[in-house]
Amino acid sequence: MDGTSQKPALWMRLANPAVFNALANRVLLPLAVLTLAAFAYGLYGAFATSPADYQQGETVRIMYIHVPAAWLSLFVYAGMAASALGTLVFRHPVADVAQKAAAPLGAGFTLICLITGSFWGKPMWGTWWEWDARLTSVLILFLIYLGIIALWRAIDEPQRAARAVAIMTLVGAVNLPIIKFSVDWWYTLHQPASVFRMGGPTIHKSMLTPLLWMGLAYLLLYLCLLLVRMKTELMARRIERLQILAADRQAAGGGR
Amino acid sequence: MSALYAILKRELLLARRIGAGAELGIVFFLILISVVPFAIGADQKLIGRIAPAILWLAALLATLLGLDRLLQADEEDGIVDHLLISETPLSLLLAVKALAHWLATGLPLSLAAPLLGLMLAIEPQAMMPLAVSLLIGTPALTLIGLVGAALTVSLKRGGLLLSILVLPLTIPTLIFGATVVKEAAAGRAYSTPLLLLSGVSLLMLAIAPLAAAGALRFARN
Amino acid sequence: MAFSPDIRLEARGLAIRRGFRLLFAGLDLDLARGEVLQLSGPNGAGKSTLMRILAGFARADEGTIRWLGMPDDTETTSLYHYHGHREALREALTPRENLEFSAGLLGGMHAAILPALERLGAATLADLPVQVLSAGQRRRVALARLLVAPRPVWLLDEPLAALDVEGQALVGRLIADHQASGGMALVATHQPLSIAVRHLVLDGKGAVSGEAMAEAQA
Repeated sequence: MDGTSQKPALWMRLANPAVFNALANRVLLPLAVLTLAAFAYGLYGAFATSPADYQQGETVRIMYIHVPAAWLSLFVYAGMAASALGTLVFRHPVADVAQKAAAPLGAGFTLICLITGSFWGKPMWGTWWEWDARLTSVLILFLIYLGIIALWRAIDEPQRAARAVAIMTLVGAVNLPIIKFSVDWWYTLHQPASVFRMGGPTIHKSMLTPLLWMGLAYLLLYLCLLLVRMKTELMARRIERLQILAADRQAAGGGR
Repeated sequence: MSALYAILKRELLLARRIGAGAELGIVFFLILISVVPFAIGADQKLIGRIAPAILWLAALLATLLGLDRLLQADEEDGIVDHLLISETPLSLLLAVKALAHWLATGLPLSLAAPLLGLMLAIEPQAMMPLAVSLLIGTPALTLIGLVGAALTVSLKRGGLLLSILVLPLTIPTLIFGATVVKEAAAGRAYSTPLLLLSGVSLLMLAIAPLAAAGALRFARN
Repeated sequence: MAFSPDIRLEARGLAIRRGFRLLFAGLDLDLARGEVLQLSGPNGAGKSTLMRILAGFARADEGTIRWLGMPDDTETTSLYHYHGHREALREALTPRENLEFSAGLLGGMHAAILPALERLGAATLADLPVQVLSAGQRRRVALARLLVAPRPVWLLDEPLAALDVEGQALVGRLIADHQASGGMALVATHQPLSIAVRHLVLDGKGAVSGEAMAEAQA
């Protein structure tokens, strides 16, 4: 998933974990700095300079936490699907590490979206949860993430697990539009109007700008965390390899 | 062709001989439906209103039962290996396996449902649409389950993981299927959800055997 | 049954890891018409894994496997029989029903089932449920599958397991007949086969050794 925006040659060179590690090390610190900057700018815009909503008052500010989380929860899944193709079709050895690293992050963003959605809705609905179309769809996405994480844990051998998860991710990807459509349809059967409107073009520019900055901040945060998790996973595998080599050497009596 | 016939014949033979198929599914269906009123209370009207939901949920759970055995029994005996070296494409073989599973569970369920629906005070005009919605929708459940079964085939306790993987993907089927029955019970038109339901089943027919074959080829032990 | 004379298996540079442990690396393997290769080595050395990789059920970590000498549109999976530790029989069915299933699956003839069982000395068991058969009897039924559908390559993993001396000799004769009609076989077993074979030994520590044609033993 990383490097797909770069030239093909780099993407293929990243198949070597050592090359990937080198690149990640170079990129991580600047990325972290950019993340902090984007968060600073976005949060400032969200809480200080943007206006309160005429209807919802100050609680609309939760939108700046909630909406980018929703964007990321989908973006991460798209990334996982792309990595899944990398694993199955191209046998890219770092693609499975990317998949594994991304899953809990995506689940985390989805959870943030659900919790903030609940807090946001409480003042308006009076309850902590409403089965409206958007939240329900996000909940289902969360469940799919959990299933994928459970599948990762269930299979011991990392490459086999990666292939199984890749297939599951792709099947989920095909089903997600159907699920979204069916939930929207289900919702319109029971409730004609949505409780809170979240149209893109209808958002005023003064709200849109901080929203986009927060979106960018979330994206950069995700990339930082993803790289860190990928490095950690690669390192864990390397350690295991070394441990096994050490055990082999011991078993062979020191001579190899 | 002979391979597909051989599989179908064998699956049905096994179902008849081992007998963990239709009878068990229908009994489970009956038990679920019998248990629900105790949880809800003896409110006839309420039970009648949610009867479509209960029937569809019960069909979903009854189909999920025994899905893990769809492939696990063969894997334990080493037969999945032979499926992979057959001359017939694996996805076709798996599609036929799914068909056999449906003939043994989904089909009897769909036909028994209207009768059991009487216990739940379902509207008479909803009985036929109930059977039709189940007939069209339960194949989708079996096919989605096929993918889950293929992914979890070599896992112990795979059944629970299978349910976790499969249930979110069955939500559209549940939505459209239950809506058919609800609309029919209210005397409204139900052709839209029925068509949508058919669409889901057809889509699953197209992709599930392929995904399951991929899982057996690349993600098995 | 005669098979195309040109079919060849060529594997180069195979390496297999179990977890991260390297079982072997750089393994080359050739098999051609009329050849029988015996695979031996201690348990855990990777014999079964190698056979499953050649059968396409698992992937080697490194190396290539090529089947040569057939028309381009041949599905390679239709070239071989795989006989593994598990007999691939369903207990609730009879040998006849199991083999009918195999015949349909692997492109064999129903008419060949009873003769195959006879050859393996299991004809009288044809209509008993597999459940009541002993391990040796099940092995015979499983091996009968080889005769039900003609395929040029036999991949046999411990085919002599649970068989008595007479049964083992029978299997040897089966393989010899297959060899004579132009087939080839890869057999993983500790026990000596009563026919001329080439040898491939996996010693389980990453080393592999082979010998040229060895004389028949016993």
